[in-house]
Amino acid sequence: MQDINIKITDRDGVTHQVVAPTDMAMNLMEVVRSYELAPEGTIGICGGMAMCASCQCYVQSDTQLPEMQDDEEAMLSEAFYVKDNSRLGCQIQMTPDMEGLEVELAPES
Amino acid sequence: MIKTDILIIGAGPTGLFAVFEAGLLKLKCHLIDALPQIGGQCSELYPKKPIYDIPAYPEILAGDLTDKLMEQCKQFEPGFTLGERAETIEKQEDGTFIVTTNKGTKHQAPVVAIASGLGSFEPRKPLIHNIKDFEDKGVEYMIKEPELYRNKRVVIAGGGDSALDWSIFLSDVAKSVTLIHRRNEFRGHLDSVEKVQDLKNKGKIKLITPAEIVGLLGDDKLSGVVVKQAEHIEKEFEIECDHFIPLFGLSPKLGPIANWGLEIEKNAIKVNNALDYQTNIPGIFAIGDGNTYPGKLKLILCGFHEATLMCQAAYQIINPGKRYVLKYTTVSGVDGFDGTRKEAPKAVVKKID
Repeated sequence: MQDINIKITDRDGVTHQVVAPTDMAMNLMEVVRSYELAPEGTIGICGGMAMCASCQCYVQSDTQLPEMQDDEEAMLSEAFYVKDNSRLGCQIQMTPDMEGLEVELAPES
Repeated sequence: MIKTDILIIGAGPTGLFAVFEAGLLKLKCHLIDALPQIGGQCSELYPKKPIYDIPAYPEILAGDLTDKLMEQCKQFEPGFTLGERAETIEKQEDGTFIVTTNKGTKHQAPVVAIASGLGSFEPRKPLIHNIKDFEDKGVEYMIKEPELYRNKRVVIAGGGDSALDWSIFLSDVAKSVTLIHRRNEFRGHLDSVEKVQDLKNKGKIKLITPAEIVGLLGDDKLSGVVVKQAEHIEKEFEIECDHFIPLFGLSPKLGPIANWGLEIEKNAIKVNNALDYQTNIPGIFAIGDGNTYPGKLKLILCGFHEATLMCQAAYQIINPGKRYVLKYTTVSGVDGFDGTRKEAPKAVVKKID
């Protein structure tokens, strides 16, 4: 299994180039937590069930992302600071297709 | 004043299991929770979702786990202060603590166990610039007293179960109910969605979608809201109302516990995990998702373990010097404070010819 390179801009505006494994069933929210790019308790509060929007991020690269499911769309429709390129990090699985992904974390709310 | 042996802050799985373990040591518990029901995250966030890593349950719904934990500890008659948030703690000269809630309810105990998970659930407030000016002057984030809305014009915003359920309920109480949501689709139980559809058809609920509230109107109390509707062409208009109730879910916040003088790291309370999960303040423990120590894992099963060790330490504080050895429930049975007794059936001794 290959590792992929992704760029994550944290809530302070600092961009981090990180390496994510693709064979550990990790999603983007979990990658952020594993590198501690946002304080514990401010991201992934619901654990990754698309139920809290604390992992909302803005996708800045033109990476082909997995299609949005109903629960993610419903959650984003209730979240704050939502933009056209908003996604929930917990719904983006780390697969080889995500190589080169660039995201910015949305503000805490 | 409510008096107990162990005052537990948080009625989630860890807090409920602590009641059972404390009961085996003849210690009585009282629990405070900001939510109106027990179960913590399990009942607030995902009651219908399965959990697969509770030992001996290959699969159990979070809501069922809460029910089972309550059933397991009920003979130890825990007390509950629900719908109130623990606000302040004061150490007394006799070594006990008095914890007061936001509603002024006072609790006294020699041991406090904070099992508050990610914190107390607070309503998420929409980003409307002047919303603070109208809090409790027409804007409420939670419905506490439905009678407040009798014969009033009410605007509700949100697209989940609470927005749907309260719209349905208030359609019988209020003069008018307008439900506003950013999309046409609602996320809720199917029967709630259908009921709102039915009430809309009957003209009892006015539905405005896809739209959102962008401003609030009024002098010293709310008199109306500004709605931005985005269907086809964007337009803004005003609706007169007496109350605006934004229901955008709850998010956990550490809250007032952050000011109790406890050592905090990574939004969690630092504890001594070599021993008993005590905090830097003797007599105050932190167990479950809300604590941290090297190697901490936020798992329900770890919370159970922490609760068990905490109870042993609490016993020593409450009964200094009193002897006790761990007993297996299979051997000792379980003697409830309510007079019930559970015990293993006696083996049959019978001769074989």
